[in-house]
Amino acid sequence: MQRGKTARLVDDSEKKNPVRRVKDVEMVVPIAYGTVSFWLGKKADEYHSHKWTVYVRSALGEELGAIIKKVVFQLHPSFNNPTRSVEAAPFELTETGWGEFEIGMTVYFHPDASEKPLEIFHHLKLYPEDDTGPQSTKKPVVVESYDELVFSEPSEAFFSRVQKHPALLINGKQNPPSAAGAVETEKKKGDSKEQNLSHWFLKHSDDEELDSIMSARENVMSRVNKLKADLLQLENEAARLKANVAH
Amino acid sequence: MADAKDILGLPKGAVSSGGDKRRSTKDAQKKPDGVSREVYLLTGGLPPIMPALDPSHLKKKKAADSAKKVTWKWRAFTSSARSDNLQLSHWERIVDNVETTGDYAFAKYNKAVDVVRYTDEEYAKYLNDKSWSKDETDQLFDFCEQFDLRFIIIVDRMPTTRTVEELKERYYSAAKAVLLSRAGTAEEVADHSLLKDTYNVQYETERKKSLGILLSQSRQQEREDAEVLAEAKRITEIRLSNKKAEEAELLSKSAPETTTTTNEPTDKSPRTPARPKSPGQVAEAGPSIAAPVPSAPVASTALTGASPAASGPRPPRMYLRSAYLGQLVQTSTIQAGVRTTKRVEQLLEEYGCRPRVKCPTKRVCDEHMELRKELVALLQLQKQLTWKENEVSVLRENPYADIPTPSTPKRSHRANDHERVTTRATAVGAEIDSFSGERVTKRDHKRKAPARFSDAPPSPPHNKRARKMKASDA
Repeated sequence: MQRGKTARLVDDSEKKNPVRRVKDVEMVVPIAYGTVSFWLGKKADEYHSHKWTVYVRSALGEELGAIIKKVVFQLHPSFNNPTRSVEAAPFELTETGWGEFEIGMTVYFHPDASEKPLEIFHHLKLYPEDDTGPQSTKKPVVVESYDELVFSEPSEAFFSRVQKHPALLINGKQNPPSAAGAVETEKKKGDSKEQNLSHWFLKHSDDEELDSIMSARENVMSRVNKLKADLLQLENEAARLKANVAH
Repeated sequence: MADAKDILGLPKGAVSSGGDKRRSTKDAQKKPDGVSREVYLLTGGLPPIMPALDPSHLKKKKAADSAKKVTWKWRAFTSSARSDNLQLSHWERIVDNVETTGDYAFAKYNKAVDVVRYTDEEYAKYLNDKSWSKDETDQLFDFCEQFDLRFIIIVDRMPTTRTVEELKERYYSAAKAVLLSRAGTAEEVADHSLLKDTYNVQYETERKKSLGILLSQSRQQEREDAEVLAEAKRITEIRLSNKKAEEAELLSKSAPETTTTTNEPTDKSPRTPARPKSPGQVAEAGPSIAAPVPSAPVASTALTGASPAASGPRPPRMYLRSAYLGQLVQTSTIQAGVRTTKRVEQLLEEYGCRPRVKCPTKRVCDEHMELRKELVALLQLQKQLTWKENEVSVLRENPYADIPTPSTPKRSHRANDHERVTTRATAVGAEIDSFSGERVTKRDHKRKAPARFSDAPPSPPHNKRARKMKASDA
């Protein structure tokens, strides 16, 4: 690999103020977003049967305030002020309601990143898939997706500010976790509300998926080799038959 | 209904008559005016899905009618549409004792076609035709009058065997000739419909033939056509968006760039090997399906964040991993075809892999794309094998059979490919072609890819990029 360690800086003249970008650095922020929804049980009424929280969080259990400036949640138009902006971490929003709908989340980055906001969509789920027995008020319905924010050429200012941040993977390597957050687990500290919710956050690991893909690839490889051998045999057969005719 | 049960704290599946009763008494609404009690009861007291009619509107109509006195009377009538003056009777509605007078109301619908007739002299002068005798022409015109130019009926009654088109051609051309001969100048009759809209035999026969072909198409053919059209549409869309992205890129890069604190040697290195510029170029740099022990090399490139295996659309500067994977899958769908991709996704599920990745880390996405490519290659091989099997079995049966196959199935594949999606970049065709073959060259290809960026740019986008590099370096 000839690209070496020297990071090349290239000025990018966008919006009239040039932004220096760090070349050959891929900064990845693993995130998880989704909803946790509690059935309100006896307290439920016609329009407020569930209390739910939608959130964008670090999949590594770290704070994201240094990277994300704000998250604008777009709720169903039947809510009061359906466009809600959460300006500081944790980027979560709690509401009560009765219906499931698609929540739009627009993630804004700090201005030094000079990146356009990113849109994510999540379908709010209130009712469990398996329709067995009455819903419990204790066990919420949690739907969470893993994803990665990829900065393939982070701006110089942004990169120098956040490059040591524990929520980041830089060129595939994870930064050391912060003292506050345990690696790949939920955060233990923080205010009580967050602690409540973080109990329900899902853990994400690509191991299982990677294993299934790798075993599938091996399987496909052997099938391909077998097919190639068969094909070769048939080709020889065809050649032999043709040669017989020639004689 | 589920909501109501939830509010009442009842289990979802259970039948709850008590709850329904309570609801119905509580929610019982007053019957709206203008709706009959029976109709209202039929709706079960629930609000209708459609907005109900405005009750005031319903009432008004009735009131307007009831103001007048309506009687019915048995009356005899004649119709001007009849030539025999037949007298029939019917019930007539009489409003306020005013009896209706005049013609039978439906007589105006009895339209008769004004068929042009000719005299013997005119026939001898203008209408002589070798293929038509006068008797036959007379008969045709009689039928035309009798059946109001309904040629389908006429063709059944003609004693000679002629097509509808022939009959129409004879009638219209003859009528036209007679009209023209009677008029002093051509302008006098220019407005006549026979002259304005002339009959075109060739066009009509052609039209019916095409229609016949279209209507006799099988469902499968229709589906195939629709698929091809959809594919073409998607390709144009992708090309358009790629073009737009490219233009935007050029625009942002072409603005004056200030000098940077760069050291010379790095300038020689490829600017961004991780993001090839155009799909065509990508296809050249791209496929690495043949790597037999993929875990090690792929993982290492994945970690450096600049894997040449990343083929497909150029990733944006900042993106969501899953969204970019979606783009890659879309591009590969265009390359491999919709049907192949569907098969690939079936196979993915058979292997217990999700067609949509659940945990899109870089490694998972890369491996997922590799697996997809390998599956495409597998399908291609299967196709080749059946082909070859056919060939061999035919050869066994009849060694002298002249099999119209190209010497290698490889080539036939390429040909098929080009036929199917001619708009596709040739580089892609080459890529698919090479699936079947040499693994070694493939890997070399892959390894060479980054180097190529710098020395010999093979396609125009490279040139642009190279030029730009220079501009920014100066």
